[in-house]
Amino acid sequence: MSAMKEKDKMFSIVLTFCTLFIFWLLLSAWTIYLPDPYDFSKIARGVLAAAVVTALSYEMFVQDRSRKVLFNLGRVLPYIVWELYQILLATIDVAYRVFGVLPVDPRIIVFPTTLRSDMAQFTLATSITLTPGTITIDIEPEEGVFTVHAVAVEPAESLTVDQGMQKYIGWVYREE
Amino acid sequence: MLPIDILATIILATGAFFMMTGTLGLLKFPDFYTRMHATGKCDTFGQCMVILGCVVYEGFNFITIKLLLVSIFYLLAGPCSTHALMKAGYVTGVPVWKKGDKRA
Repeated sequence: MSAMKEKDKMFSIVLTFCTLFIFWLLLSAWTIYLPDPYDFSKIARGVLAAAVVTALSYEMFVQDRSRKVLFNLGRVLPYIVWELYQILLATIDVAYRVFGVLPVDPRIIVFPTTLRSDMAQFTLATSITLTPGTITIDIEPEEGVFTVHAVAVEPAESLTVDQGMQKYIGWVYREE
Repeated sequence: MLPIDILATIILATGAFFMMTGTLGLLKFPDFYTRMHATGKCDTFGQCMVILGCVVYEGFNFITIKLLLVSIFYLLAGPCSTHALMKAGYVTGVPVWKKGDKRA
């Protein structure tokens, strides 16, 4: 990480500090604001804590291609909303199978993907687990090969044949 | 009874219903992997609905943020723990149930 450019380093420090300070305010604002609205010594404590943690961890929090983090937010936020909707669908799907409306016909499928970066593979694995009828068992990170347990035929085919989710995550992380 | 109380009750009841469905699935499904489907998915959603119901009941204040952070953590940790258990079962060779087999 020593090869990090000076500009990226400044950006990384500022972004880390702002995130940490906002997080600190959200967690402890009610202990500051309610008893004594204009006590700046308490806010100074928060600034100090955020500064210490920033100095220790800015290199880990934002990796070197740091500008992409903000650049990607426009694609990540719609993806999170879509994922929350998928969680609702997945729960209703499991409820149908529990009450015997849909069949249980489990199988294990193995399929390759084109995703290579750690974050993209992590996101795909978590999304597969949260979407209806499938759970990730194993990832081969070098080849991008996923081993998935599917509870019936249709969820398995949506991963191996349609590949809609892989394409969506590739689009989110710009890895087409 | 205020409308907000009714809304909170409905959300809490939805959460409780899905938690119960997950437990029923744990008892009903045939093998280890399908049982993980029932508990892993229903518990994540049910827990989030229970937290959301508490948020609606209490009204918006600074504790709401902590409750929402708890539910975000749950959404991240649920799939990870499910995945860890599935992988442990797969690596140590827990048999996979096929349609027509006897229940494990």
